[in-house]
Amino acid sequence: MLLDTHDVKELSANLAEMDEIKGRSLWADARNRFKRNRAAMVSTFILIGIVIFSFVGPYLAAWSNEEIDWSVLGKVKELGAPSWSNGHYFGTDDLGRDLFARVVQGTQISLMVGVVGALIAVLVGTTYGAVAGYFGGRIDSVMMRIVDILIAMPFMFVLILLLVVFGRSVFMLFVGVGLISWLDMSRIVRGQTLTIKNKEFVEAAQAMGVSHFKIIFRHIIPNLLGVVAVFATQLVPLMILTESFISFLGLGVQEPATSWGALINEGAATMQYGTLWQLLFPLAFFIVSLFCFFFIGDGLRDALDPKDR
Amino acid sequence: MSQTLLRVEDLHVTFGISPQGAMPWTKPLPLHAVNGVSFDLKAGETLGIVGESGCGKSTLARAVMRMVPASGKALWLGQDLLKLSKTTLKETRRDIQMIFQDPLASLNPRMTIGQIIAEPLNTHSPDLSADEVKAAVQEMMTRVGLLPNLVNRYPHEFSGGQCQRIGIARALILKPKLIICDEPVSALDVSIQAQVINLLMELQEELGLSLIFIAHDLSVVKHISTRIMVLYLGNEMEVADAAALTENPRHPYTQALISAVPIPDPGQERGKTRIMLEGDLPSPINPPSGCVFRTRCPKAQNRCAEKKPALTGDGHQVACWFPDD
Repeated sequence: MLLDTHDVKELSANLAEMDEIKGRSLWADARNRFKRNRAAMVSTFILIGIVIFSFVGPYLAAWSNEEIDWSVLGKVKELGAPSWSNGHYFGTDDLGRDLFARVVQGTQISLMVGVVGALIAVLVGTTYGAVAGYFGGRIDSVMMRIVDILIAMPFMFVLILLLVVFGRSVFMLFVGVGLISWLDMSRIVRGQTLTIKNKEFVEAAQAMGVSHFKIIFRHIIPNLLGVVAVFATQLVPLMILTESFISFLGLGVQEPATSWGALINEGAATMQYGTLWQLLFPLAFFIVSLFCFFFIGDGLRDALDPKDR
Repeated sequence: MSQTLLRVEDLHVTFGISPQGAMPWTKPLPLHAVNGVSFDLKAGETLGIVGESGCGKSTLARAVMRMVPASGKALWLGQDLLKLSKTTLKETRRDIQMIFQDPLASLNPRMTIGQIIAEPLNTHSPDLSADEVKAAVQEMMTRVGLLPNLVNRYPHEFSGGQCQRIGIARALILKPKLIICDEPVSALDVSIQAQVINLLMELQEELGLSLIFIAHDLSVVKHISTRIMVLYLGNEMEVADAAALTENPRHPYTQALISAVPIPDPGQERGKTRIMLEGDLPSPINPPSGCVFRTRCPKAQNRCAEKKPALTGDGHQVACWFPDD
């Protein structure tokens, strides 16, 4: 006898009494994979930095975003350049307003539009798509045809009309962005739901007598959140771009409030007068953030890719 | 004799299949997946259902579970399952649970196995406290041979056999009277199959369960079943006690099936004669007239094409015009 039976028994007793072992969920695995992706991690930190900047910025700024520096007005090209001494860290805009304060404020608006748009997409689009896909049949047809009709509308036109009719406000911008952002999401989610609802664990839940509502929220949605997360991170820059385009057209947020799109618009208009900083600062924030979002989206897709398992 | 738990009478399941290139308004073709199946299941008994792929085994199980629309009767302790309202159906679902074919696919990959096993309990007795649920889950895990400290693990961290044990624990936690096993061992390798089947038989003995055991492996079914039902193209061919059916099959289809079971002895295996069936399974959309098996039956005669044979005999029932005795 190579093994002492007593020892073995003791060992098995110990094993059984051992504390509950914490399992590694698929989320934990994905988190580890994401952490190993350097570009995505760097982007995450830069993005966190930008978000912190947009909240802390107002306390650092020497000027508010609507004050006009009369000493600079009219001589923006000579005196309005970025400098530490007069407190205009990013210089001033054409009217002598502090660009630093305006970029901080624009960052807030732009990020908010992006996040709100993506959030509406995630909440509405996921639920809508999952319900349509799960019930299938006629319900599915009707729900998806509604989405088709909404997608077929030229949304830029609808958005502009909305802003013209109801007046330009940040709230209307959110409504407009929210109205369009969930459409693609619901289609993607519906497609995923169709594959998930035929898996055996959903059938098992049905056999068990779990209600449809719980099946959708406990079994289907957690299994498609990976796709949703990836698509949402790519939706954020899309929403920012949409808002920027609207602001670039002169609709969108109202003065003195501003956004990246509006700032870039102003900066582009005065480009030929040699005040290039008015374009470059907002543009730099815009581009860096978009890149960050895209890298994070890429990282998430790699991390959550179901093919890895 | 013990009480009859489930009595299925003349059960039909028909799916509508729209033909290729059909217009939206053309009527879908009817596909008779299950065609007039009847059987009785007594408490503590195991009914084995065998048949080749696509013969309606799983559909039959799903019809009893009310997961596909069916017509006919399925009397559960005298109540017709097919006509129950939603609330009573939920009550009855406590007593009928199911085990699935693919052990891993039948567990939600985003839930820990503790959550998975507790789910039926949370669904049917939501007023239980978290501690009670946890105790029940741990007891059930020990019973099916899993260490209770694994509750926080996820399904992908287990082997196929362990996953099937989790599936069994989930099915058993409500203390049901009947478990429908839809090919529970087909996805496992032979040694694990034996473990799972022995576990099922032990639990059956201990808890007085009834089983409906679906498989396409006759030797497995013979091992576990009290009675065996042979299905072909949604029709019952033969129903008999396990020993009688395997040793003295009367229907030509059953005879062919049994002759195809390999014998784990090369000498005997070489000596035995296999009955080869000609042709393929006919399409269930357009089944043969009369006896559905006649197109492949070595004994088919004119009469077989004219009229469908009824299931006759008591104890050992056969649906054939010319059964062996």
